Amino acid sequence: MKGLFTNKVKVLETNIDAFLDDVCKAGLILVEGVKAYIRKNPERFEQCYNKVCKLETKADTLRRDIKQKLYYNMLIPESRGDVLGLLETIDTVVDICEKVLEQLSIEQPDIPEELAQDFIELSELSGKAVDSVVQGSRAFFTNIKMVNDFVNKVHFYEHEADQVEKNLKRKAFTTDKIQKFSRRVHIRYFAEKVALVSDVAESVAERLAVYAIKRRM
Amino acid sequence: MIGTLFLLSSGLFLGWSLGANDAANIFGTAVGTRMIRFKTAAIISSIFVIIGAIVSGAGASHTLGSLGEVTAISGAFTVALGAALTVLWMTRVKLPVSTSQAVVGAIIGWNFFSNSPVNWDALRTILGAWIFSPILTAIFAFIFFHIIKLIIDNSSIHLVRLDSLTRWGLIIVGAFGAYSLGANNIGNVMGIFINSSPFHDISIGNFIKLSSVHQLFFLGGLAISVGIFTYSKRVMLTVGKSIFRLSPLTAFVAVLSSSIVLFLFASQSLKTFLVSHGLPSFPLVPVSSSQSIVGAIIGISIAKNPKNTNFKMLGKISLGWITTPVGAAMITYILLFFVQNVFGRAVL
Repeated sequence: MKGLFTNKVKVLETNIDAFLDDVCKAGLILVEGVKAYIRKNPERFEQCYNKVCKLETKADTLRRDIKQKLYYNMLIPESRGDVLGLLETIDTVVDICEKVLEQLSIEQPDIPEELAQDFIELSELSGKAVDSVVQGSRAFFTNIKMVNDFVNKVHFYEHEADQVEKNLKRKAFTTDKIQKFSRRVHIRYFAEKVALVSDVAESVAERLAVYAIKRRM
Repeated sequence: MIGTLFLLSSGLFLGWSLGANDAANIFGTAVGTRMIRFKTAAIISSIFVIIGAIVSGAGASHTLGSLGEVTAISGAFTVALGAALTVLWMTRVKLPVSTSQAVVGAIIGWNFFSNSPVNWDALRTILGAWIFSPILTAIFAFIFFHIIKLIIDNSSIHLVRLDSLTRWGLIIVGAFGAYSLGANNIGNVMGIFINSSPFHDISIGNFIKLSSVHQLFFLGGLAISVGIFTYSKRVMLTVGKSIFRLSPLTAFVAVLSSSIVLFLFASQSLKTFLVSHGLPSFPLVPVSSSQSIVGAIIGISIAKNPKNTNFKMLGKISLGWITTPVGAAMITYILLFFVQNVFGRAVL
């Protein structure tokens, strides 16, 4: 009879919401962090980096707590695997957001002015993909009919991010503003890293689409 | 006492088999999908089966009694044994079987053996109820499925909350289902012994009076409970995981629909209410809970996607309407012959 008590249900609902809030915030901080780095604002960048580190730790703790509650109280046995799968893959988004800012902080790539706008646009598209996948995940829990709308948005932003990434890499290897080949490779690496956020968001969205079909009555 | 219990043993075995198999129709998916623990399901179904049997068991038993009045207890023992062996044999050869249909066949076997006229009106009513009950359950399931889908689609209930509500729903409809099962099917288990009951009416103080029928039904209810506790777990896990793959929500719809139908065919007070208001009433007849659940699954399947509905199940059900009673009548006829002529017991 465990799990029938509403306070347990309420706590779990709150934890899931808090976890999704953190994922959403990680996407926003990534955009802010990349902007701060490109605009050469180290203080703001470090603030963003520290925030995303804390969020990553908090999201991990919440995810473990949700997992423990789901199993201990034997809640949602039919969808438990799907919910845990969803939370684990979406948690990767936070991890990657943290890694991008961490590597920017450590490696300090030298990004020329003419690529700055492309980097900002790429991070914004990745941020929008994260935002849409979080909204899709919320819809999975509360309004299953809406899931596909958000999944389609994620696909759109990921595709747009791919185009910007390709364009950015082409520019990096053709511009005469960069002399060293190693610097071109370094910029390509970071373009791929920022675009990876939208790629992971898309793979979460694909899972979400399947889970939503399974959840329909 | 031991002799009495021995003579009731074939009925008690039918009760045990009913508890072992039919409780899975009510709580199978809930236990199989781990929404409800087996212990919780077993306690709830045992309590409500007994209450249903005692409170509302008389109506369906009366219809069964009107098919053939077995007045000798050895005769009742043999008729119930014939039905029980039919259920056992058909289960072993994996043919669809229903206790209700086996008992009706066994009574007809007794009618032939005793040269008693078959009450064709009662038989027609019973056959009509067998055919109508899965169809009615399918209609109910179809309607309830759409209502629940509409509610869920138009309300933003969180998955975790919906899960909690579904658990409560499964417990409540499970209790109602167990009550209806007890009320509708106790006639199969103990109905045959009513006219030859070895019990006497008991009064406890001036308030509580337990008739011999109540005592019989209580004993039958206990046999069903023993069946639930001793054997239904493995049937529940099979039902819940392999044969009919229902989600907890669709299981709620299926059990609710089936329980309502079993209740409609069992409740004397509902019949009186409907008749007094000039509404069409249902005959009080023991119907098959398994076939009712299959009807519900077909109703849900049509509601989900008519193209994917497996109508072969309907063919299997209708085969059971013929093979089970005919098999039970033949087995009972042979058993009555042996009990009367080999063991020298009065069966008429």
